[in-house]
Amino acid sequence: MKWEVVIGLEVHTQLTTQSKIFSPASTAFGAAPNTQTAVVDIALPGALPVMNKAAVEKAIQFGLAIGGKVNRRSVFARKNYFYPDLPKGYQISQFELPVVEGGAITINVDGVEKTINLTRAHLEEDAGKSVHEDFHGQSGIDLNRAGTPLLEIVSEPEMRSAAEAVAYAKALYSLVTWIGICDGNMQEGSFRCDVNVSVRPFGQAEFGTRREIKNLNSFKFIEQAVHAEVRYQIELIEDGGKVQQATVLFNPDTGETRAMRSKEDAHDYRYFPDPDLPPLVIGEDWIERVRGELPELPAAMQQRFQSQYGIPAYDASTLTASKALAAFYEATVAAGADAKLASNWIMGDVSATLNREEKDITASPVSAEALAALIKRVMDNTINNKTAKDVLKKMWESGATDPSVADTIIERDGLKQETDTGAIEAIVDAVLAANPKAIEEYRSGKEKALNALVGQVMKGSGGKANPAMALELLKKKVG
Amino acid sequence: MTVRTLKQLSDLLAAGKTSAVELAQDYLARIDALNPTLNAFITVDHAKTLAEAQAADAARAAGNAGLLTGAPIAHKDIFCAEGWKTSCGSKMLDNFISPYDSTVVEKTRAAGLVTLGRLNMDEFAMGSSNENSFYGAVKNPWDLQAVPGGSSGGSAAAVAAGLAPVATGTDTGGSIRQPAAFCGITGIKPTYGIVSRYGMIAYASSLDQGGPLAHTAEDCALLLNVMAGFDERDATSLQHDKEDYARDLNQPLAGLRVGLPREYFAEGLAADVAGAIDAAIGELKKLGAAVVEISLPNTKLAIPSYYVIAPAEASSNLSRFDGVRYGHRAAQYEGLNGMYEQTRAEGFGTEVKRRILTGSYVLSHGYYDAYYLQAQKIRRIIANDFQAAFAQCDVIAGPVAPNTAWNLGEKNADPVAMYLEDIYTLGVNLAGLPGMSVPVGFGNNGRPVGMQLIGNYFAEARMLNVAHQYQQVTDWHNKAPAL
Repeated sequence: MKWEVVIGLEVHTQLTTQSKIFSPASTAFGAAPNTQTAVVDIALPGALPVMNKAAVEKAIQFGLAIGGKVNRRSVFARKNYFYPDLPKGYQISQFELPVVEGGAITINVDGVEKTINLTRAHLEEDAGKSVHEDFHGQSGIDLNRAGTPLLEIVSEPEMRSAAEAVAYAKALYSLVTWIGICDGNMQEGSFRCDVNVSVRPFGQAEFGTRREIKNLNSFKFIEQAVHAEVRYQIELIEDGGKVQQATVLFNPDTGETRAMRSKEDAHDYRYFPDPDLPPLVIGEDWIERVRGELPELPAAMQQRFQSQYGIPAYDASTLTASKALAAFYEATVAAGADAKLASNWIMGDVSATLNREEKDITASPVSAEALAALIKRVMDNTINNKTAKDVLKKMWESGATDPSVADTIIERDGLKQETDTGAIEAIVDAVLAANPKAIEEYRSGKEKALNALVGQVMKGSGGKANPAMALELLKKKVG
Repeated sequence: MTVRTLKQLSDLLAAGKTSAVELAQDYLARIDALNPTLNAFITVDHAKTLAEAQAADAARAAGNAGLLTGAPIAHKDIFCAEGWKTSCGSKMLDNFISPYDSTVVEKTRAAGLVTLGRLNMDEFAMGSSNENSFYGAVKNPWDLQAVPGGSSGGSAAAVAAGLAPVATGTDTGGSIRQPAAFCGITGIKPTYGIVSRYGMIAYASSLDQGGPLAHTAEDCALLLNVMAGFDERDATSLQHDKEDYARDLNQPLAGLRVGLPREYFAEGLAADVAGAIDAAIGELKKLGAAVVEISLPNTKLAIPSYYVIAPAEASSNLSRFDGVRYGHRAAQYEGLNGMYEQTRAEGFGTEVKRRILTGSYVLSHGYYDAYYLQAQKIRRIIANDFQAAFAQCDVIAGPVAPNTAWNLGEKNADPVAMYLEDIYTLGVNLAGLPGMSVPVGFGNNGRPVGMQLIGNYFAEARMLNVAHQYQQVTDWHNKAPAL
């Protein structure tokens, strides 16, 4: 039987506020345990939550960025359950009336565009952490993270493969970091995905029973976990079993998913509106102000890059992977580099080197202006492409923020292209004399035979000959 | 004993005729003598009290005294106070020394009031007789066989017995008004949101409201002036302009329209209570008030509505008492759930457990709509009834409770019978309105009767005016029990 995979994601994004969602304590990561806790975070008797407006503002930003509906009135509810790292015995979240509803995100898998609709996004507080190491037979509780603001973003079950799920997670990640509501630090848990997976025979309208893979904090794990889960479900059904609704954990070491709890022991969370917090009312003026302050979004920027710079869709999409990369590109073009050449260089050597060194574009030792100066020397035939790659490597090693660095290196190392016809002619003559067979082939109609000789001319010139000029001369001589 | 009011003490202090230390010593001596009988205080700490009194005297000597600097006060054990055990009447918090001040305590400290100690109460403010305290029942100073009312029973008994001139209390379903009535003193529950709930241990968040208990309406106004005010640390605190609640005390009552709800004088109201209320209304008429009959048709529905909403909120509010971070933790248990179960089984009393179970039940999947949502609808209807009534009158008058104080132990076996005693007070909390209790005489058994005054939102000054004018022509508030 052919199986269709159905995937929906719930993503917890940690919002970049200075203080917690309902308390004045700091949200900074990595402090000594329980030092970032106000009375609310420890849930002392009598402590009361007070809404942090900065968190609401970030939710509004998100709602506008995905084209969703920002609810003028939303309600905080209590999700009741006991756990040592949940100090109040309930989590303040939003249940019936979330702050954002609807909206969509576009993904691109192998050149095919697809729109993934979002169900909702709601504000809630994070729990603390249980620490099991260092306590013999006991657990420690660190409440520094308790009360950190989260925006839980829930998609419709519209993804049909692990690749789509990863593409969605990446697109969402790119968006929340782009608009600056999340720092995107996945190791520290700033962006955590719960993935709901089910399978059904192709053509069947109803969904299969789903299992939810909890807490995946890397794109690689999402891909591996979905594959493992799909394999498990299909094998189970084909062996005559039935999928039981469950929450599962993915173990990256074994590559397997393992059930944590089944539907039978699911909690009754006894949701009800939190009487300590009045409904969250968001005025039209607040929404309009946030709308006015939103940065240009990736989709709009891609369109603009195509029309303004005349670069292909692929380039535009790659260059808008992050705001910093897009800014670097625009600065390079603004400094005089050809738009397509700048794109090629940034997507090519610059990105490759950054990847190798595990650096972000913001850490590039070569500035956009310095790169543009280098590209200009390719444009005006001062150096050829191959030499330019070497120059870039040198610029990278020495660091190049000033636009003069490329010229200095070209001058110092004598890398200027040889454009003196007389000098190249001598080399061409020598090369032709040593390769009678190639001449033979060319004359018999094999055009490409001369291309091999260009390489020899280049070599003879120490790389400084202009390859186009060399080919021109070869053709003329063999003529 | 003669009644000493906060106003009188404030005048004596201002005139230099007494000092904060002298007053503190005086009251502490009386507490030492009578508290073993009354059990009104959970915690008394002479050293702490005297230190506060000395600081108050020093402030006065330095010319930094406010109106109430150096006057004594006692706090219901529900208001967190830094350095004081804040038990909420529960074994669960018997070892809890609060590391922070509630807004109410912070404000009374800032006003220079000297803390005499911490007052007994029904555990987590759940009860109408103060018999649900881990620290034992409080006795009614008027009759040691009688309950003082609850949940602010310690507050009412302490003031009535002269162990403190004024006290703080909280009122979720009548917990200031009913003990004030049972102990023959004056108490006011303000409009919901006037007094900050920050640091006031939550029973039912949407109903809880702090307020003063005192001998007189004037003292209530003075203390409410200290306690009230917007607090950004409480999201349900109202951004209401600061008021002087004493400003209208001396206004004449001519033209005042007093509404008498038919349902508050119907079957179930004891004859002696009705008689005392009628006489008090007669006094108001003599002062120029006109009486109009009104109707609060859904009065009876307040009981089921309240006993769904309050336990629902309580079941969640009390989840934090899990033995993990502070408070009681069982010595013997197995596993995490065992720790929770054993800790809570040991730490909570019967009535608290009953309400947690009730609340968990009404919020559970499949029952929420039938109970909680329905109760919220009734709540709105009750609030609307009051608004319709206030179209016809300025204040509503009636009994606080159907009967005078009952005997200790009398209703313990039948919680529903005790819930029914709350019939006249619950509606005010459900609607978020201000309500007060004014002593208006004694029942056949010699136990005090309280008249309830209910005002529209923010009508505290007018209600205190009515009570004050009444107290100018009567002396029930000046009666003291023989102890």
